[in-house]
Amino acid sequence: MLRFALRRLALMVPVLFGLSVLLFAWVRALPGDPARSLLGERATPEAIVAVNEAYGFDQPLLQQYLTYVKALLQGDFGSSIQSGADVLTTFGDRFPATVELALTAMLFAIVVGVPLGYLAARNQGRLLDTAVVSGSLLGVATPVFFLAILLKLVFADWLGWLPTALRQDPRIDATHITNFYVLDGFLTREWDAAWDAMLHLALPAIALGTIPLAIIVRITRASVAEVLHEDYVRTAESKGLSRGTISRRHVLRNALLPVVTTIGLQAGLLLSGAVLTETVFGFNGIGSYLFQAISTRDFPVLQGFIIFIAVIYSLINLVVDLLYGVIDPRVRVS
Amino acid sequence: MRLAPIPTRSGLIGLAATALVLSGCAQSDRAESEGGSSEQSGGTFLFAGSAEPVTLDPFFASDGESFRVSRQIFEGLVGTEPGTADPAPLLATGWETSEDGLTTTFDLQEGVTFHDGTEFNAEAVCANFERWYNMPRSAQTEDLTYYYISLFRGFATGPDAGDAIYDSCSADDDLTATVTLNKPFAGFIAALSLPAFSMQSPTALDEYQDDAAGNPRNSEYSTERPTGTGPFTLDSWDRGQQVTLARNDDYWGDVALVDEAVVVAIEDPTARADALRSGEIDGYDLVGPADVAPLEEEGFQVVERDPFNVLYLGMNQAQEPLDDPMVRQAIAHALNIPEIISASMPEGTVPATQFVPDIVMGFNPDVTEYEYDPELAEQMLADAGADGATIEFNYPTGVSRPYMPQPEDTFNVIRSQLEAVGLQIEPVADAWSPDYLEKIQGTDDHGIHLLGWTGDYNDTDNFLGVFFGAESNEWGFDNPELFDALSEARGLPTPEEQEPLYEDINAEIMDYLPGVPLAHPVPSLAFGPDVDGYQQSPVQDEVWNAVSVQE
Repeated sequence: MLRFALRRLALMVPVLFGLSVLLFAWVRALPGDPARSLLGERATPEAIVAVNEAYGFDQPLLQQYLTYVKALLQGDFGSSIQSGADVLTTFGDRFPATVELALTAMLFAIVVGVPLGYLAARNQGRLLDTAVVSGSLLGVATPVFFLAILLKLVFADWLGWLPTALRQDPRIDATHITNFYVLDGFLTREWDAAWDAMLHLALPAIALGTIPLAIIVRITRASVAEVLHEDYVRTAESKGLSRGTISRRHVLRNALLPVVTTIGLQAGLLLSGAVLTETVFGFNGIGSYLFQAISTRDFPVLQGFIIFIAVIYSLINLVVDLLYGVIDPRVRVS
Repeated sequence: MRLAPIPTRSGLIGLAATALVLSGCAQSDRAESEGGSSEQSGGTFLFAGSAEPVTLDPFFASDGESFRVSRQIFEGLVGTEPGTADPAPLLATGWETSEDGLTTTFDLQEGVTFHDGTEFNAEAVCANFERWYNMPRSAQTEDLTYYYISLFRGFATGPDAGDAIYDSCSADDDLTATVTLNKPFAGFIAALSLPAFSMQSPTALDEYQDDAAGNPRNSEYSTERPTGTGPFTLDSWDRGQQVTLARNDDYWGDVALVDEAVVVAIEDPTARADALRSGEIDGYDLVGPADVAPLEEEGFQVVERDPFNVLYLGMNQAQEPLDDPMVRQAIAHALNIPEIISASMPEGTVPATQFVPDIVMGFNPDVTEYEYDPELAEQMLADAGADGATIEFNYPTGVSRPYMPQPEDTFNVIRSQLEAVGLQIEPVADAWSPDYLEKIQGTDDHGIHLLGWTGDYNDTDNFLGVFFGAESNEWGFDNPELFDALSEARGLPTPEEQEPLYEDINAEIMDYLPGVPLAHPVPSLAFGPDVDGYQQSPVQDEVWNAVSVQE
């Protein structure tokens, strides 16, 4: 298991190297000039040349790449062209927001999705099943921005229960240690701050979690339905095992494998979904920042953030692979 | 002003300063408030902009969000009259400029201290001027010192040192400072109202700022210890989330009514509107045009800034048949500007007759106007042999600027109006930044196009010089007469001498018609029903000391 994990980690090195080359070429191939973005609609040609020189964008591409990688190996991801802010620091400031959001969304999707899918499979063809299946179809088909408008209308405008923007009420003088606001609230025992942060997470997490939720429901339902028809389930039933034991020991355990895979894949999608969700809910995570970086051709931010995301995505996949082993011992053997 | 689409500062303070000067009193007037709400409201004023500030050292800033915050912390020698773009006393109670325009003597406000206790005096003034002038080479790029480069033209060192407008500063006595320039600069006083030229504590700068650092926008001073004389001090800047400002109880002018002011960034205009509706924020800037009417109906306050901008339809003379004046005039006659405004701009938007708004010096009420007359337009096109000509029409997507709230809609109306007079329109859409800007300003591969500008401060050159000061890809014409006229006007020592020249130039431009000025769209702010005392400024010189929030 440990060797497997280490081998996978080692494999990440060439993958990341290849990614850095591709990324560098791709980002530079985007039409448009970061200096133009930076200096705005009235930049003089001389000023653009001067800024490009100052950032080394006038150097040959290979030279620029070598400079970049050299700095990278020393842990220097450079700084934003737009704001001058250090890329690594900005990532550290903003990434917790996105993780908090994505985790909450995923939690929502799993906690609601797996039981629903299971119930639907157990009640195949009945009203409950039909309702769940059509509901999940609707969930997959609803664009995030539309859902966001709907959620804001119901929970903020009509009911007035939940906030629609930001991560926390700035009027609360909350202490931030880790930048995971809910966690910070618990760590500092500022319960009102933690509660407020949770309220702020609710709508964006539901909006972001709905598509994964719908997918999880469908996968769980299909997978459970399939397992229910397996011989070993029939054997267990004929042995006279209770329904709960069968579900726990035979059905869920076997049916969860594809579900875990799906969850792992969704993690990547969550990060891209976060771009839109964060923008719509004024939630300042990496998603909204990345979006700005693309439209302003902020090369160092783009490169740095995408490399971080790639590392994190690889790590999530590794964890998912390791989880297979936990859920299904047969995977460990191979 | 550049990237973040926000206008400039000085209204309230300017008024306060004037009031103090007029009444001849100083600090005893503190309790008297100009805003009408004389009660100390306390509490927090929570305001949303569209992006985080870039830096809190305004000298290294050129974006509206950085200026929004630095206007609360810092003050310059010169402010603006409330609600206008006209220069007014602030830290300087008055000034006198020599006849040749080269020396200006500033009388300074008495009894002012910086937030760190350093006294504000003539030496502090000179320390600031000298700091700007002596910027190290590493900071002499437009991304760091855009305004100094644009207005003062050069530093003590570097390739442009010979062009530097600033010469020296002397402290004549504690409250009198004299600044000497190398050449006349009529916009000098108005330029000093820009937040970039705020007075900063020399002590704090010495201790915490490093202008030679690789990135002075990110230094300890620029992020944690900006030190000015304004009505608020920096409490904390929680990167990625909020800037918290605390009331400066020792402020020399009208002490702020609220205990603290918090500025947050919400990028999306709809998300800002929703946040106001749900009470998470007390107010926000850059209201989307579609949100104005609904917000008003729901009982929110919408404050319109007097427009200090212009949107125009540019015509690239490097492309036929746009080099023909008759074709350009025909296009002007084909445009029904009120219809364009009602279809794509907020209520209150004023049609433009020239390339400057009417509050800018040199505005000429008698320029040639091109009435909406499609038949005449058709006739002129036929006379020019351009009937049915194909014209490329460039417009940007994915952008909303104060001067151009909905470019796609503006494009659609203009397109149908031009097609109605028989022109064939070939639409070319590009993402605003950087593709569109690159195409319009970096190449001559464009026909007619939408673009504009929001002015920084009251200087005609900030509009006309920016547009037509030299031969450019955008317009594709070479008109030495116009270039010379602009450069002559720029070189005059006082605005009074410049005014008639700029009036002539405006008339000349509208005869030459390099493009059609369309409109001056009104930018709006929105506030909750409990907010009082917010004074708008066309150049965004908005200081929050008179703002109160009823809890």
